[in-house]
Formats: sequence, structure tokens, C-alpha cells
Amino acid sequence: MKKHIFAYLIFALLIAIFPLQVSGQEGQGSHGSGNQKEEKFNPSEFIMDHIGDSHEWHILTKKNGESVAIYLPVIIYNKKSGLNVFSSRKLAHGHEYKGFRLEEEGEYKGRIVALDDSGQIDKGNMPLDFSMTKTVIGMLAAALIGLWLFLSLAHSYRKTGISYPKGIQKFLEPIIYFIRDDIVIPNIGQEKHEKFMPYLLSVFFFILINNVMGLIPFPPPFGANVTGNIAVTMSLALFTFTIIQLNGTKNYWRHIFATPGVPFWLLPIMIPVEIIGMFSKPFALTVRLFANITAGHIIVMSLLALIFIFDSLTVAPVSIIFVIFMDCLELLVAFLQAYVFTLLSALFISLAVAEEHH
Amino acid sequence: MILASNSLTSPAIGTIFWAVFIFSIFFAILAKFAWKPILSMIKQRDESIKGSLAAAENARKEMIKLQSDNEAILRKARDERENILKEARDVRDKLIAEAKSKATQEAEKIVESAKTGIEREKAKALSEIHQQVTVLSIEVASKLLGEKLGKTGEQEKLIEKYLKDIELNKN
Repeated sequence: MKKHIFAYLIFALLIAIFPLQVSGQEGQGSHGSGNQKEEKFNPSEFIMDHIGDSHEWHILTKKNGESVAIYLPVIIYNKKSGLNVFSSRKLAHGHEYKGFRLEEEGEYKGRIVALDDSGQIDKGNMPLDFSMTKTVIGMLAAALIGLWLFLSLAHSYRKTGISYPKGIQKFLEPIIYFIRDDIVIPNIGQEKHEKFMPYLLSVFFFILINNVMGLIPFPPPFGANVTGNIAVTMSLALFTFTIIQLNGTKNYWRHIFATPGVPFWLLPIMIPVEIIGMFSKPFALTVRLFANITAGHIIVMSLLALIFIFDSLTVAPVSIIFVIFMDCLELLVAFLQAYVFTLLSALFISLAVAEEHH
Repeated sequence: MILASNSLTSPAIGTIFWAVFIFSIFFAILAKFAWKPILSMIKQRDESIKGSLAAAENARKEMIKLQSDNEAILRKARDERENILKEARDVRDKLIAEAKSKATQEAEKIVESAKTGIEREKAKALSEIHQQVTVLSIEVASKLLGEKLGKTGEQEKLIEKYLKDIELNKN
């Protein structure tokens, strides 16, 4: 019964949102300074607004151009005014607050800039923005969901002991087994795998939950493009990088600074190459996850943008069918990219912890 | 540098900070309170399954062995029973045979002794009859011939002579 109500709610919301967005096209980007009602729909802006990060969580734009959004906290540090914490509502619609402004156009679009006394952008004094943006809130929600999921899983194990899996265990245990038996053990090996299991499991589920949450368009905190944000994927790759450097064996370092079998006069070339190799691994992780997830979101948003480009509701069914198809594909990609990130992390770790064998 | 100017491809320092912060806490809490018990439980269960399978295999082997042992024991017991029965039968037969032969011997002995006794009694009776006959004969003869034969001595000699003849004839 509950499920039905939920499904109706979502359906009702979809119906409510679509016409609004269609009519809201004139309002796109116009809620700032200008009042040009006949502004042309800009698909690139439409897509990038979704893909990019934001200080507010936009929910819908009303017919009169007024937008309904959740204003997220801004935490900003600046040499001149120190640490400032305030709601992003204060910066909405291009308002200035405490000498800061949220740029809506130009070079600093979407970023908070400090203003000098004359109200111009103070380029020499860019603030450090630690705001809890849409991405951060989405990530936080994913982390909380993950924590709840796995702490309750651990709790259920404490209750059932070593008997057969029950309830939530039935769903999550095969995935844990899969990661252990098909990713970690084949790469890292039986003896050392236990040390890296917690990290690889955490990173797998963190990416997976964020990927899946990013596919669910509504309501907040769903629908944020977290794993399609390069800062997030870079941070995750940074963890893998750190773990590799901390656990690198003597053999690993020897391969970097004194590659065996290479004549000494080649070392000045080899060492930089090996050092580039150290950094190219996490770079590959960063870009792969970011690009795959962003690409998926861009395709889905482009298909939706078709409705506004043609400015016709008759395109909507076609668009929606394609979007549903893409969402199915993206669901696969969500699992696949979480798997690939974990697999590559395990592979890179295995290269670092490998003992000499030749 | 189109990439650097694009906000999409230039990582924001604030987001990196939050991502590292959130993931560190996520990882730390899960590692301590979730993965540790979950992985150890899974491992324990794997081991218990492995152990149970091995135990079941052992039990199966043990059972097969026991079955064959049982069969051997049963066969042995059956043989033993056969042997015992056979022995008992032999003993019985022997006993019966012994008893029979003993009885026969005894019977023979009794018959023998009876025979000798009869012989003896017969001989005794015969000799008594001899004497009686002799006495009776003498009496009869003396009564019949008392007057005819004067001299008793001569008569007795005669009778003796006859009797000897009889004895000789008897044999």
C-alpha cells in the first residue's frame, strides 16, 4: 500500500514538474538581472546547470520565474573577512553579502567571489570556498545511507551468527563475496587481501550508492551528480594513491628508483617515467569515473533538453522512452564503474605490495 | 587550456576537502564497526561450511568403513555359529555313539556274566544231579538188588564204572 502511494507521489511530481519546466524555459537564467522574457533556451546551460555543482538545490521554477530551491550553507574563507558561514539564500539572485557575490555569468560563473570596495571582483583575493554544495550534501546523504546500511548489516550478523544469510544479508552478502573472491583475492592474493578489504569494500559501496543516487532525479538529496564531479573522483583516487604509497614494499620503491635490468645511464629517464606512472594511476581512476558518470548524465539531460529545443510536448514521450532506456544503461554503468574503480584500485595496490618474483 | 577554464574539469578545493572528510569518516566507521564483524563472520561461516563438508565426508567414509566392518563381523559371527553348531552336533554324535557302545559293552558284559553264571549253575546242578543220581541209583539199586548182591563193595565198583561211562559219554 505504502509503495503505491509513493509511486503515485512520484508520478504526480513528474506531471507537475514537466509542464513547469516547459514553461520555465523563458525563465531559465532570467531570474538574475535581466527581465528578457523571450530569452532563447540554451541546452548547454540547461545541461551544465545539472552536471555542475551549485550552492543551492534547485527544485523547480514557477510560472512567474520565481524559483523554488533549498539554499545550502556557504562556508567561505577570505583573508580580509576570515571565516564566514551563512545561507546561500543571502547570495541568491546576485545579491551581495558580506563582500561576497555569487557570479552568474562570465569567467567566474557559479563561483563565489570577493568584492573590493568599488564592488568589482577582487581578483587578487579569491576566497576559499568550503561550502556544503549540492555535491557535498548528496555525498553526505550517500555516506549516511551507506553507514546505515552496513551498520545494520553488521548488527544483523551479530544476531544471526554464522547461520545462513537472512534479510538484508541475502542482498548484500553476494556483493561482498563477489568483491572478495573476484576482485581482491585474484589481484592481491590470499595472504594480504584482508588488510585491503575494508578500503576496497568502502570505496566500492561509496561509489555505487552515489552513482545510483545520482540516477534518481528527485527528491533531494537524490539526483546530485556526485561521482560525476571531478573533485570527488580525485579525492577517492587520492585515497587509493595514499594506500599504495603507504603499503608499497621495498620491491615497489626499487622498481621506481632503481628499476632492475635497466642500465644506470638510463635511470635519469626511467625515474621520471616511473614517477609519472605513480601519478598516472590515480589520474586514470579519477578521469575514468568522472567521465563515465558525467557522460551518462549529459546524455540523459540532452534527451530531456530535446523537449525544450523543439518546444513541444509531443517530443516528450520519445524523449522519455530514450531517457528510460538510458537510465537502464546508466544503472549498469553505475555498477560497472564502481566495479572498475575497485578492480583498478585492487590492481594498483597489488602491484605495490607484490613481492619480488623474477 | 579549455579544460582548466571549465568548472566541470577543474576540481574545486572545497569539494575535495569535503569528499576527503566525508569518505574518511565513512571508511573509518565502516572499517571498525561494519567490515570487521561482517568479514570475520563471513570468514567464520566459510570455515564452518568447509569444516562441515569435510566432517560430512569423513562421516560418510567412516560409515562405509563401519558398514564393511559390520559385514565382516556378521560374516564372522555366522561362521562362528556354524562352527559352534557343528561342534555341538559332533559332540552330540560322539556322546551318543559313546553311550551306545558303552551300553552295548555293558549289555554284553551282563549277558556274559549271566552266561557264565548259568554255566556255573548248570554245572553245579549237573554235578548235584550226578550225586543225587548216584545216591538214588545206589539206593534204588541197593533196594532192588540188596538181596542179590551180597557184597556192597563189588556193587559200588560196578556203579562207579557205569558212572564213568556216563561221564565219558557226556563229553
